[in-house]
Amino acid sequence: MSIRFVLDGEIVSYDCTDPTETLLEMLRYRLCRTGTKEGCAEGDCGACTVLLGELNDAGTAIAWRAVNACILFVPMLDGRALMTVESLAKDGALHPVQQSLVDLHGSQCGFCTPGFVMSLYGRAIGACGTKDAPVSEVISGNLCRCTGYGPIIAAGKDNPPSPQDDTPTITLLKQIGRTEPLLIDGADKVTGTARSWFAPHTVAQMADRLQQRPEAQVLAGATDVGLWVTKQLRELPDIVWLGEVAELHTMQEDDAGLTLGAGVSFTMAQKALARLHPQLGSLVSRIAGVQVRNTGTIGGNIANGSPIGDMPPALIALGATLTLRKGAERRQMPLEEFFLSYGKQDRTTGEFVEQVNVPRPHPDALIRIAKFSKRFTSDISAVLGAFHLTFEGDKVASARIAFGGMAGTPQRAIATEETLIGHEWCEATIENAAKALAQDYSPLSDLRGSAEYRLTVAANLLRRIWHERQNPDVAPSLHDVEPSHG
Amino acid sequence: MAEADPDIRQAVGRPVPHDSAVGHVSGAAIYADDLPQPPGLLHLAFGQSARAHARIVSLDLAKVREAPGVVAVYIADDIPGRNSVGPVAADDLMLADGEVYFVGQPIFLVAATSPRAARMAAKMGEVSYKDLPHVITVADALAAGSKVEDSQVMARGDATSALADATHRLTGSLEIGGQEHFYLEGQVAQTLPGEGDAMHVISSTQHPSEVQHLIAHLLGVGSADITVELRRMGGGFGGKETQAALFAGACALTTWATGRPARFCADRDDDMVLTGKRHDFTISYDVGFDDNGMIEGINIELASRCGATLDLSSAINDRAMFHADNCYYLPAVGIVSHRLRTNTVSNTAFRGFGGPQGMIAIERVIDEIAAHLRLDPLTVRQANLYGPGRDITPYHMQVEDNVAPAIMEELAQSANYTARREAIAAFNAQNPIIKKGIALTPVKFGISFTTKHLNQAGALINLYADGTILVNHGGTEMGQGLMIKVAQVVAEVFGISAQSVRISATRTDKVPNTSATAASSGSDLNGMAAREAALTIKARLIAMLAEQFDIDPDRVHFSPDGIVAGEARLDLAAVARMAHIARISLSATGFYATPKLKYERSRHAGRPFYYFAYGAAVSEVAVDTLTGEHKVLAVDILHDVGKSLNPAIDLGQIEGGFIQGMGWLTTEELVFAPDGRLLTHAPATYKIPVADDRPGHMTMALWSGGRNVEETVHRSKAVGEPPFMLAISVFSALSEAIRAAVPYARSHTLDAPATPERVLAALAKLRSTDA
Repeated sequence: MSIRFVLDGEIVSYDCTDPTETLLEMLRYRLCRTGTKEGCAEGDCGACTVLLGELNDAGTAIAWRAVNACILFVPMLDGRALMTVESLAKDGALHPVQQSLVDLHGSQCGFCTPGFVMSLYGRAIGACGTKDAPVSEVISGNLCRCTGYGPIIAAGKDNPPSPQDDTPTITLLKQIGRTEPLLIDGADKVTGTARSWFAPHTVAQMADRLQQRPEAQVLAGATDVGLWVTKQLRELPDIVWLGEVAELHTMQEDDAGLTLGAGVSFTMAQKALARLHPQLGSLVSRIAGVQVRNTGTIGGNIANGSPIGDMPPALIALGATLTLRKGAERRQMPLEEFFLSYGKQDRTTGEFVEQVNVPRPHPDALIRIAKFSKRFTSDISAVLGAFHLTFEGDKVASARIAFGGMAGTPQRAIATEETLIGHEWCEATIENAAKALAQDYSPLSDLRGSAEYRLTVAANLLRRIWHERQNPDVAPSLHDVEPSHG
Repeated sequence: MAEADPDIRQAVGRPVPHDSAVGHVSGAAIYADDLPQPPGLLHLAFGQSARAHARIVSLDLAKVREAPGVVAVYIADDIPGRNSVGPVAADDLMLADGEVYFVGQPIFLVAATSPRAARMAAKMGEVSYKDLPHVITVADALAAGSKVEDSQVMARGDATSALADATHRLTGSLEIGGQEHFYLEGQVAQTLPGEGDAMHVISSTQHPSEVQHLIAHLLGVGSADITVELRRMGGGFGGKETQAALFAGACALTTWATGRPARFCADRDDDMVLTGKRHDFTISYDVGFDDNGMIEGINIELASRCGATLDLSSAINDRAMFHADNCYYLPAVGIVSHRLRTNTVSNTAFRGFGGPQGMIAIERVIDEIAAHLRLDPLTVRQANLYGPGRDITPYHMQVEDNVAPAIMEELAQSANYTARREAIAAFNAQNPIIKKGIALTPVKFGISFTTKHLNQAGALINLYADGTILVNHGGTEMGQGLMIKVAQVVAEVFGISAQSVRISATRTDKVPNTSATAASSGSDLNGMAAREAALTIKARLIAMLAEQFDIDPDRVHFSPDGIVAGEARLDLAAVARMAHIARISLSATGFYATPKLKYERSRHAGRPFYYFAYGAAVSEVAVDTLTGEHKVLAVDILHDVGKSLNPAIDLGQIEGGFIQGMGWLTTEELVFAPDGRLLTHAPATYKIPVADDRPGHMTMALWSGGRNVEETVHRSKAVGEPPFMLAISVFSALSEAIRAAVPYARSHTLDAPATPERVLAALAKLRSTDA
């Protein structure tokens, strides 16, 4: 089955026989465009960064976004436009982003450079997730081991956003215009095992397909499932990709809160989440790099049931509910009830996450979300704590506290909440609550932190919140601290 | 004759961009895996050990052979020659032979029609093991007396008496984690069959000659049969010095056995499990000093995790000993170094090569002395510096080029160190939770391979009859800018621009018997060799022109405006054409061997280094004492590169080295499970710095007083490794900030890397000790 996409002013028809072939494999070994590099094959280094463009609903503009080609499956390219590092130089002249990198000595070994070029080029044309973001955040999903980043950041700053003319690409994308869902009946390249790809256009089509093939793997951004293929060498069964289901990419925001379709990416949701509470927006900035946030979905972050996913504890603290769908049936549950135990969620065969609803917190509520990891940016949490407290006078009126990294699932701290609710907001209460954390959680020791550290930092987070509320000046964020001048 | 011709300064000293910069940014620069795939190419993967130490009881590969896409499977017995990919000892087997000694060790090799087929099949081997006792940590290895070689002792004076007589005496210890290279391009090799025994090897390696020699032995053929080629690596940092041979050897075996081309692109996770890393160290010390913090006597004990085999651990641990003085005179000193054998992947070269671990030991000692005496650590540092009459190292070499005092003084002034330190004390007095720290630390790094015979290099220059110049030398390009620097040196000889010198791939059939591009020596050695070759051709041209124009050779000059021969002015193309017609050879080799080196390893005494490179850095940090999180707020660096061959390239090395060093000491943590599995084997779990980690304020300057006192190429200094150790200032500053949180604390308790968890642990320890 051929998929079609636009590359460098032409429509490319590509015969895709294995739906789990990655975009990177196709570029490097089938199309011989080797400028895009493999650094890790798991979406963590950005050496394979390319830009993926989608026509808007009106057909008037293209939304470009940086993505990691190494964990994107080729069929996800269907009906879209692609730019790689080879696309940029025109008539032998480098694009200004490239020229700045040359002039400022922004490459050393050069292996990561094409990825940085594409991230910075994305910023230069106003790609998703780059607006108003500092250069260092735009390239936080790109690793460089040689330069120390200074000249790359400088090259980014030298190239302020200015839109590119996408008219020719828009015309070509309209020519592709697929009206029927893409269906590939293919097979694994190595083993020959049959494997299908279905990209429904409506939730109803998706639900039908999952009724027919209940063992099919639901796929959203592939930022996790992609690694099952590239790292675990797993042979995926039939795949149902929700990337073309418009209903799952909607956000509804009102006074009551925010409803996110399962296909909404971190980048799409970030500003709406920040309007619910700034702490949610800040949290999104600390989840992976831009490329992963442009692809990965909040629905996927929930559905995969990881004990260290960052959104679930934050959303649990805010009282989020989850809507699951099977066929025409829907059911709703508090988000925390979805996570049954490590690796097990309350989801039956053929059932899928349709949307998540996040109530708007009261303006006076104390919301605090803190993520602890070895590296501040683009790391996986050792511990993520989310606090949602309200007060009546001196007393804590309500408390919803949830942690990630402290148990086999994202989990509420019920005992800790009880030590706070109805009690005076004072140091003694905080110390009681800190002790109660050890009743709520018996964390494991692993490569991200010891059990002792996890309990210590969780308790200290409570103490920090206490200090912050008492006197923000004595507990400023590290990121507000300025160098000394003497 | 190492000085440039005074009348030419065309190419050397200019901030010329990296020769491949345009290729890098456009995606046109070709790396090993970017080469077109030849027909019939086989892709490789290893079947790996699941045990840290075990006897292989049985090995059933039937399912592997039957797996889809598999063409061949090899075990140790299939190797026609010597089963070794080790650089010094023959203990690094390419494929395990009856016994495995670390988790991940290659047991069998799969060749298949795609990488995925090879990797899938490699998981299907059925191996049964009889477990043997294993040793994973430094502490376990010390307790078991498990060593890869005898412990070494370096001593000068009577440290024991000096310690007994000292006014103050402190003992302590420090643990320092290892480091993964994380070159962005993983290990890659490819082999193509040639006629007879000949084979062409593409290898992403810092050491093409060693890959060539090891493959020759592996196949039982001559070195002359094997050609190794490399245009560039996507990063090396020491990780492709000895580690590349495993992958190239696997390709060579496959091509030898099948007659088909083979390529091995290691998956990132496999690469991290299969290849060695920076040695982790445990350091303990016993120091005596006076009221001013002047060291009177010191014993330092270094213990490192070498892994399962010797690899380069002898020289690496020697270099740790060589740098346990850093810039400080130790009047009576004993340094003991234990090289421990563990059932983990064999640790290897990594930028600094043991130097950083030795250096951080003495910097911790200085910080401890200052804390104990309540002195500014900078004062204690300056008091202990080498100086007149205090200039003999623990290995009995006289320090003749000591510029550390001048650099430190200049940096302390320009970075406003003293006033900032006072401002930080005031900040800390007002802030109960966030604490700041500042530190200025120096670097003195010995330049030369401490294995004397490695300090040699060759070059080949071809001047073609059209005037174009092709340069080849034994050095390899891994991003450090070696090729452009050598091109600048050659261009300088001919009075042309560096861009007009053609750079070519490193090939063992052009320049033989080369040393690794390592020890920061690339431009020192290859620059000199290329210069010699260029001067040879230039001398022939001068003689030819003198004869053709019937003038004295003194009247021939190469200048930026062309070649002047008496009254005539010609360009290089015309002169090359004339020389060709006159039947003058336009091809020349050059050779260089570093002078003055003389070292007796049995006594650890002599002159292992031609000269020292120096630098200093001030770092300011802030620590959240409740969460252990921290941030590097400001960094100022002043570094000595002698007379820079290329200031832009040198500043790039300084910045990149510093950030890499900062990663080593902060976010980069290798975690081994008790059963020997490496748990941090991908960027998801092993965290090198990202752009956000770069300090908001960062200045770097080349020291204006820099000029190598030795006759190096254009009086420049090596720059690859020394700046890495400038990041020790971050660690010292973090230690200071932590200490500021505990009133009256008189010691430091932080281990490296300073993850938030270790910061909290250091605080807890300090409180329990000093409260």
